[in-house]
Amino acid sequence: MRLIRLWPDDSRFDFMKFRRFSFPLSALFSVVTVVLLLTVGLNFGIDFKGGTLMELQAKSGQADVGKVRQAADSFGFGEVEVQEFGTAGGISLRFAIQEGGEAAQSAVVQKARDTFGAEYEFQRVETVGPRVSGELVQSGTVGIILAVIAVLFYLWFRFERELAVGAIIGTLHDIVLTLGFFVITRHEFNMTSIAAILTIVGYSLNETVVVFDRTRELMRRYKTMPSVDLLNLSINNTMSRTVMTAVTTALSLLALVLFGGRAIEGFAQVMLYGVVICTYSAICISSPMLIYIGLRGSEATKTVGGKVAPAE
Amino acid sequence: MLRFSKSKIIFTVGIIVIGLLLAVPSMMSREQRESFQRSLPNWVPSWLIPSRAIVLGLDLQGGSHVLLEVDVPDLMRTQTTQLRDDIRRILRETRVTPQGGIQLTPRGAQIRVPDVADRDRVLPKLRELGQPLGSAILGQGGGRDIEVSVTPEGLIALTYSEGGVNEKVRRAVDQAIEVIRRRIDVTGTTEPSIQRQGADRILVQVPGLQDPQRLKELLGRTAKLEFRLLAQPGAADVDMLPMKEEGGNRVPVERRVIVDGSDLVDAQPAFDSRTNEPIVNFRFNVRGAQRFGQATTEAIGRPLAIVLDNEVISAPTIQSAITGGAGQISGRFTVQQVNDLSVLLRAGALPAKLTIVEERTVGPGLGQDSIEAGKKATYVATIFVVIFMFATYGLFGLFANIALVVHVGLIFGLMSILEATLTLPGIAGIVLTIGTAVDSNVLIYERIREEFKAGRSMVSAIQAGFDRAFATIVDSNSTMAIAAVILFFLGSGPVRGFAVVFILGILTTVLTAVTLTRMMIALWYHWMRPKTLPF
Repeated sequence: MRLIRLWPDDSRFDFMKFRRFSFPLSALFSVVTVVLLLTVGLNFGIDFKGGTLMELQAKSGQADVGKVRQAADSFGFGEVEVQEFGTAGGISLRFAIQEGGEAAQSAVVQKARDTFGAEYEFQRVETVGPRVSGELVQSGTVGIILAVIAVLFYLWFRFERELAVGAIIGTLHDIVLTLGFFVITRHEFNMTSIAAILTIVGYSLNETVVVFDRTRELMRRYKTMPSVDLLNLSINNTMSRTVMTAVTTALSLLALVLFGGRAIEGFAQVMLYGVVICTYSAICISSPMLIYIGLRGSEATKTVGGKVAPAE
Repeated sequence: MLRFSKSKIIFTVGIIVIGLLLAVPSMMSREQRESFQRSLPNWVPSWLIPSRAIVLGLDLQGGSHVLLEVDVPDLMRTQTTQLRDDIRRILRETRVTPQGGIQLTPRGAQIRVPDVADRDRVLPKLRELGQPLGSAILGQGGGRDIEVSVTPEGLIALTYSEGGVNEKVRRAVDQAIEVIRRRIDVTGTTEPSIQRQGADRILVQVPGLQDPQRLKELLGRTAKLEFRLLAQPGAADVDMLPMKEEGGNRVPVERRVIVDGSDLVDAQPAFDSRTNEPIVNFRFNVRGAQRFGQATTEAIGRPLAIVLDNEVISAPTIQSAITGGAGQISGRFTVQQVNDLSVLLRAGALPAKLTIVEERTVGPGLGQDSIEAGKKATYVATIFVVIFMFATYGLFGLFANIALVVHVGLIFGLMSILEATLTLPGIAGIVLTIGTAVDSNVLIYERIREEFKAGRSMVSAIQAGFDRAFATIVDSNSTMAIAAVILFFLGSGPVRGFAVVFILGILTTVLTAVTLTRMMIALWYHWMRPKTLPF
């Protein structure tokens, strides 16, 4: 039986060359993302913005979006987003947060139930008040920052300082570009998105760590090899594994996108994008970054002094 | 080198078999589980048979998640009103008349007593109102819940301290949980979960409820019932309260409460025998009956105000002394309202108003759809990955695939014994780990291949592949685990379910991808004595 090989054995590809394109490209995308974040902003879901989300299912199997929109607009609860989904008469309604504190929010649900209850089934109702949404924003932000710091310490402990810095730059790059995906596609940003970003943080480091583990090993074996060659060799050696894992992960995510249903496909799409970005950044951002951070600095002092030299 | 002792094999296989058996109940429906339990012969001890199935989150089985918050200003209003009554009693006992009466402040009350002798008489008594904070057993000298301050001009301020307010809120939450439990029990809902969350919140989770509106109505009402008298013209100490029967017009009601809801022993919905109107019949306890009897004897001919949550529901005129300790409440109710009101009255009043700060409800139909979609995605992902691994690594791919299936089974088994909740993002987590679990196998296989190409013998290449890849597996899984643990602590509900699956997945992958695969490869090598790698 002939088996598949996605990546040729003993490849000697000059990956470091890519940095001439990948660095400016990633810098450009990062800047564009930051600008878009500041000007357009994320499409926050009710988790972070507060408000009410309802998913209705027409009992007849046929939804009248126009009529629902008209009725919802006439409630006087401010801006309403009405969207149709699926093919069997699903409608989602999103009301902005209401003035008048926590209690004012449930008036929206009551009114909608009274109006649409006869013709539609209420499949999902979510109401988040202003205080809870504020707390969720806080815990989401704190979580991502905490994750980056915790991982930085872990890497510092397990690897040389230079490798840790390179890995974190790659991870920050992946977080920024993932946010860019949210801004550009107008994907709703909610608590599940935070879960996706943290998973991407994990995956991104996973990818980088595999390459850097090899770099560290090769650094000890070839003490005089120039950084560029060393990094190229690390990536070439681990490339067949990188491709395999990216493909198996992408395949399972693809299954989620195709069959996971409405509530999950958003998460799966972001993750699928994340897998591509993480694989790219491990090869084209984190590793070549080490050429500039200086790979041999710490290693040289290590072999001479027998222990890690103090910073600088 | 590449050897697995018999005891090690038995141990590994044993753990895996137990883990998989624990997952079996989750694969059966409730009926299947129960009939299986019944069909067992008597001599089989029940603890030997795994019976726990995975708990499904509300997003999968349908239900309501309601987060309530104690309205602290409302609670403090009740507390300060009580404080005012206490101060009034002390002033009466010490025969001190403050200048300008008693003023309420947001967190306490104040009086002006310019006369020094008067002040000296009243102050020690006022100081006694404050209770020591903290538990009596530990005897913490943490101050008192009410602090008393005096200015030289004679302004005495009694204020609830920070600790005092916290103590009151804590107690209010405890009481509220009890009341909520009694209220929900009446609705006959199965397995509601009512928990304290943070300092001033209560999380109520009710699975499989069709109409959360009723639940919210039961939770949202304070249900503070009071019997008072409508005030006569010119009376002091009067509250102006809206009157239901007169379209919300405000009427003067005496501040003095004759009896309140805490003296009720029963409340039942009924119909008025003359008008056929829905009413609530109630009975007082001995103390309530006594007080009510006395007050109605003294006030024949005057209207009695029945006040529910600061609204006068009705104000019937007292025709004769009511000494039997029973009575009825009418007020143009519907049948549903009468039912709810009697439930609320039986369960008792909440210590303070509760506000709904978050609500998430999923209909049972949508939950079932999500389960079906999740199952489908899991099967498809497994098939994709299994085919791909086999096509790439041949026999070794088959080993990895067996390890993968065991891995997913173990996640279910662990979740069952840990009583972890499976949510929709949790299912996404399982599907995702199907893709990432084989990463460890890929790392090992690629390393074996590399070592073999570099000229090592089969045994030595396999050995080196496992050894060298292991450090990398630990590092890469650790970074994943850090992110997952943080997600577990900051997330709630569904997102936490994702973190649980992810953490468990990382743990089981070490057992399956490393130990189990290694065992299979060792046995294969032992039996077949191959000269070359199958991939």
